[in-house]
Amino acid sequence: MTAPVAGDQPGIRFWWHGAQRSVVGVASTMTVLEWLRTEARAVGTKEGCAEGDCGACLVMLAELDADAEQGVALRPINSCIHLLAMIDGKAIVTVEDLHGASGGLHPVQQAMVDCHASQCGFCTPGFVMALFGLYESRTDAPSRAATCQALAGNLCRCTGYRPIVAAAAQAFERPRHRFDRAPLRTALQAMAARAALDYRAGAAAGGGRFEAPATLAALAQTLLAAPAARIVAGATDIGLWITKQARPLPHLVHLDRVPELHTLELQQGQLVIGAAVSHSRAWPVLCRHVPALSDLARRFAAPPVCNAGTLGGNVANGSPIGDGMPPLLALDARLRLQRGGQVRELALADFYLGYQRTALAPGEFLRELVVPLPGPATRFACYKVSKRYDQDISALCAAFRVDFADGVITAARVAFGGMAATPQRAPACEAALLGGHLDAATLDAARRALLTDFSPLSDLRASAAYRRVVAGRLLERWWHALAGGGSPDALDAVEAGA
Amino acid sequence: MTAAPGARADHPAGSALAPPGTSLVHDSAHLHVSGQASYVDDLPEPAGTLHAALGLSELAHARLVRLDLDAVRRAPGVVAVLAGSDLVHGKFGPVLADEDILVRDTVSFHGQPLFAVAASTRAAARAAVRLARVELEPLAAVIGLEAAREQGLHVLPPVQLARGDIDDVLATAPHRLAGTLRQGGQEHFYLEGQITLAEPRDDNCWHLWCSTQHPTEMQHLVAHALGVAVHRVGVECRRMGGAFGGKESQSAQWAIIAALLARASGRPVKLRLDRDEDMRATGKRHDFHSRWEAGFDDSGLILGLRVELASRCGHSADLSGPVNDRALCHVDNAYFLDTVQIRSLRLRTHTVSNTAFRGFGGPQGMLVIETVIEDIARMLGLDPLDVRRRNFYAAEAGHGRDLTPYGMQVEDCIIGDLCARLEAQSDYRRRRAAIDVFNAGNAMIRRGIALTPLKFGISFNATLYNQAGALVHVYTDGSVLVSHGGTEMGQGLYTKIRQIAAHEFGIAPDRVRLSATDTTRVPNTSATAASSGTDLNGKAVQAACRSILARLAGVMARSHGGDAGDVRFHGGRVTLAGDPARSEDFADLVMRAYRQRVQLWDSGFYATPKIHFDPVTRTGRPFYYFAYGAACSEVAVDLATGATRLLQVDILHDAGCSLNPAIDIGQIEGGFVQGMGWLTSEELWWREDGRLMTHAPSTYKIPTATDVPARFNVALYDAPNREDSIHRSKAVGEPPLMLAFSVFFAIRAALASALPARQQVCLDAPASPEAVLRALGVLEAP
Repeated sequence: MTAPVAGDQPGIRFWWHGAQRSVVGVASTMTVLEWLRTEARAVGTKEGCAEGDCGACLVMLAELDADAEQGVALRPINSCIHLLAMIDGKAIVTVEDLHGASGGLHPVQQAMVDCHASQCGFCTPGFVMALFGLYESRTDAPSRAATCQALAGNLCRCTGYRPIVAAAAQAFERPRHRFDRAPLRTALQAMAARAALDYRAGAAAGGGRFEAPATLAALAQTLLAAPAARIVAGATDIGLWITKQARPLPHLVHLDRVPELHTLELQQGQLVIGAAVSHSRAWPVLCRHVPALSDLARRFAAPPVCNAGTLGGNVANGSPIGDGMPPLLALDARLRLQRGGQVRELALADFYLGYQRTALAPGEFLRELVVPLPGPATRFACYKVSKRYDQDISALCAAFRVDFADGVITAARVAFGGMAATPQRAPACEAALLGGHLDAATLDAARRALLTDFSPLSDLRASAAYRRVVAGRLLERWWHALAGGGSPDALDAVEAGA
Repeated sequence: MTAAPGARADHPAGSALAPPGTSLVHDSAHLHVSGQASYVDDLPEPAGTLHAALGLSELAHARLVRLDLDAVRRAPGVVAVLAGSDLVHGKFGPVLADEDILVRDTVSFHGQPLFAVAASTRAAARAAVRLARVELEPLAAVIGLEAAREQGLHVLPPVQLARGDIDDVLATAPHRLAGTLRQGGQEHFYLEGQITLAEPRDDNCWHLWCSTQHPTEMQHLVAHALGVAVHRVGVECRRMGGAFGGKESQSAQWAIIAALLARASGRPVKLRLDRDEDMRATGKRHDFHSRWEAGFDDSGLILGLRVELASRCGHSADLSGPVNDRALCHVDNAYFLDTVQIRSLRLRTHTVSNTAFRGFGGPQGMLVIETVIEDIARMLGLDPLDVRRRNFYAAEAGHGRDLTPYGMQVEDCIIGDLCARLEAQSDYRRRRAAIDVFNAGNAMIRRGIALTPLKFGISFNATLYNQAGALVHVYTDGSVLVSHGGTEMGQGLYTKIRQIAAHEFGIAPDRVRLSATDTTRVPNTSATAASSGTDLNGKAVQAACRSILARLAGVMARSHGGDAGDVRFHGGRVTLAGDPARSEDFADLVMRAYRQRVQLWDSGFYATPKIHFDPVTRTGRPFYYFAYGAACSEVAVDLATGATRLLQVDILHDAGCSLNPAIDIGQIEGGFVQGMGWLTSEELWWREDGRLMTHAPSTYKIPTATDVPARFNVALYDAPNREDSIHRSKAVGEPPLMLAFSVFFAIRAALASALPARQQVCLDAPASPEAVLRALGVLEAP
């Protein structure tokens, strides 16, 4: 329903398809996809999985960004798990908005046709949006690697992808088409006046509430007053609670409007990452300071998930298999938690109390992560093992860090995901490394100690036996890499026919 | 991609001629890319449409003690609720009616539908489902295939195919080898989930929009469940968002439930499964455990082969009979088996009923003999390609080594030549030698290469299904509308049919449109399955066109003076005896024919010739012809973690005279990648209690773009079908899936380099990182 906003009942306001929308009377947990398909009857965007893993539902989220072209950033997100209230004050671009210079097909659409890149066509609008995002983000044809990365969150079951990847490059062979972001900028600026949102769905729509406070103080106050409220950042997990589990979420509090939570800066050799900073913003900065994170960052999740999800959410959720935690644990990351006006700091290692249980007190929230950056004496590495290269949850994820002084290990951190009910450090292994040298004896001791640190489970991702064996092998692999010898340890280095 | 030999340039627009052999773009491509292609969930909903949701069982095997749906009925927005006990005709099934539409007494798998709700919104229906009070009394559940084999639980009786005295041959063969092979199943993962919209119409009639490969079967089963004659039910499908066999029989339950709810409520009802429900409640590719024993000579020639194929069929028969029959008929793949005994067990478990999936059992049978060949080669220290070649069917029929285990003579064997060409194109021998050198110098990363062939029988095994009908209308402006019994699931059937019809009339493809497939237009259709869509429907359409053309030629001959046999339809014009003076626009001739009261529409029918099969002896000629292909894949394996990566693939595939090279190459590439997923990253994992834990893309991993190598070379083996198929083309839907065997055996080859010489490699499919480490002997068996 799109209706004028009545008095004190604020609607969800956003810009789409050439008009500002103001939506009232829908559930506070309604997703963007559900609104598009059932309320707006814009059915070009598809539901393939309702969990952000297939990309059939991709839309572009438009936000003001002084550094972006025409002052508007466009990023693909999964509309199936993105809540409508989260786009209040923003704009979305859907497949219905794409067209070429003369009103026909956009160059990426025409390239898809010319490359025979659609078969059943159901995933196609999502691929088109991903390719549109890629097209908008650059001036020249993307490499194959760049294309595959941009498509990491899009599943196609028909084509085998070859023609889709070809279309990404072929679109640049046609006359350049620039998507005009000026109307979006004007609309976004007009909506920027309203800082906070307090959306209350009527009784007929479930009676839920969605709050988006605009200041840190207001956020803290809101959570103090309503400690049972659920904090939502990117909804890449909470979205599934709604679509898959129908969990009641009567009161959601969104972090995105609080400027302080978007902090991403270096403070005295430590990187401070606000709780609302998306993966897409956080990881490139992390990788700049810790290049050994690059492979993990590439495989962490597909762009639509990274554009919505936050590192803070990854940490605060306490999922046993989140890939953010092992490296953060190994880097001795700390958390700044706030409750009311009080801020305390806690080591990440002390944050997890058990399976999906954390040290957060009622009314307390994660304000920011503090990541000490390794110095020149530190050696750091991390490894991810999963069934599929892209967009897969790790069977296990490992991070290793040692500091050397005169050839002696003066600090050691070994952290694993997938090996226990929470991401955990391996204290016995760390103790075995401490004071040791880069030699076979230390490795042997560390490997034996590691076996005592964990009792992993068997599940759909791997058996306990596999996890135990491979954990030790990753340790060995890292050790050999430290020693600078041995065979190439990554499949990336292998070429066919060589 | 290498262009197909003889393929003409791409064909972007529909206004120029696009005869068979040109790469006309998919007829819906412009709609796909702009989001304007309508799938069932996209259609405007009729006024008053209700939305359905299902209550699924949370146990695998249980007695239904009590189903209290009072709170469900009272929930906001709920209009109709159905349970198994409400149904008069409560059973259904494609072959045997052995499944409950909704559980009546006994739950037989985890995720089985117990009840259905129709409410004003989908959210209301889904919320109401949660209010049910279900009391189940657990019964002992058999989940795994081995447990079913041990307990002798069969969904259908075992079947055997044999020739010669296998015991004698095995006893006297110079070499003997035995082995086992475990193959996992596969989720179809069509991007569009199961969906039906059912609308009540007047006089007790029903119209269904259903995402299905088999509208006629939906019509029959819905009519039966409603207790009405078949002519009261119409089923329509314009396109599916993927199917791959998963919407052949598996669309029925949802179509029936939607129709029953529509009757109960008197309103249109849409039932769309959520992805998790879809993966829990619909069947998959059968997983197989196979045992084999082979006798062979020093050259690797197989003298005798005994195979036992055991498949997990799930809780009901569904299509397990025909699927396992095809597995049985494809154990030979491209190899002559003189003395052979193949036994097929169809095991019953308390899991979802497994079903059709691209290849339909063929891949499972073929993977066994490819394993046998590889093991023989390893034992003898030979290149597996040489052992393959040693065992191929004869290139020429009639001189021995040409008879399949089911007694069909292989008359069109081109596999030797095809493999020789691919061997050269892919530089197989040189790369294999280079890999040996690489592997000798690398401890943790190993490479492997394999070149594997395929031969796949084309036709439904059951002869009766090899028939098709079509209805062709020529309107008075010269535009053409074609209806036929096939369904479009992305494979390009409508595009090929458009080319066929446009070619017959000599007009541009944009003058031909395809109507949605609809049982009220063409009746008694077979499933669009068995790769047969174009073969069957293309011929039926051609026949209909030719009936109309004969009449038009008569009109032309009468009006210009001449012989109807000299009339040619080409370039949008009709010409008599090549005489430009006796030539006119197709549309003008059509209008004149109309004025002369000449019939401008007709039906066509086709029944595949030559085929027959005795279901008792399991002998005959079930297949009209065979399609062939081969692939050469190179992989790298990380021995530390078991991770694998495909580095290069070269494919040469036989599509006969390709009707549309771009579409056929699309089928080849897509089939290959889908097969690669089955054999590498796609793993179905059930908890001990029978709950499927890989029930969504977050946990079930089909390939992504990154998994496909930059070096992905696909070429068509350009030779006409020796049988009189439509324009001498060959079916191309299923066969390419088996090209992915090359990936699996390349991984095995890499592992072999890390194992002691001649030690058998026991790699399970899928070759997940875990399976790889298991094959290397560093993990205990699961």
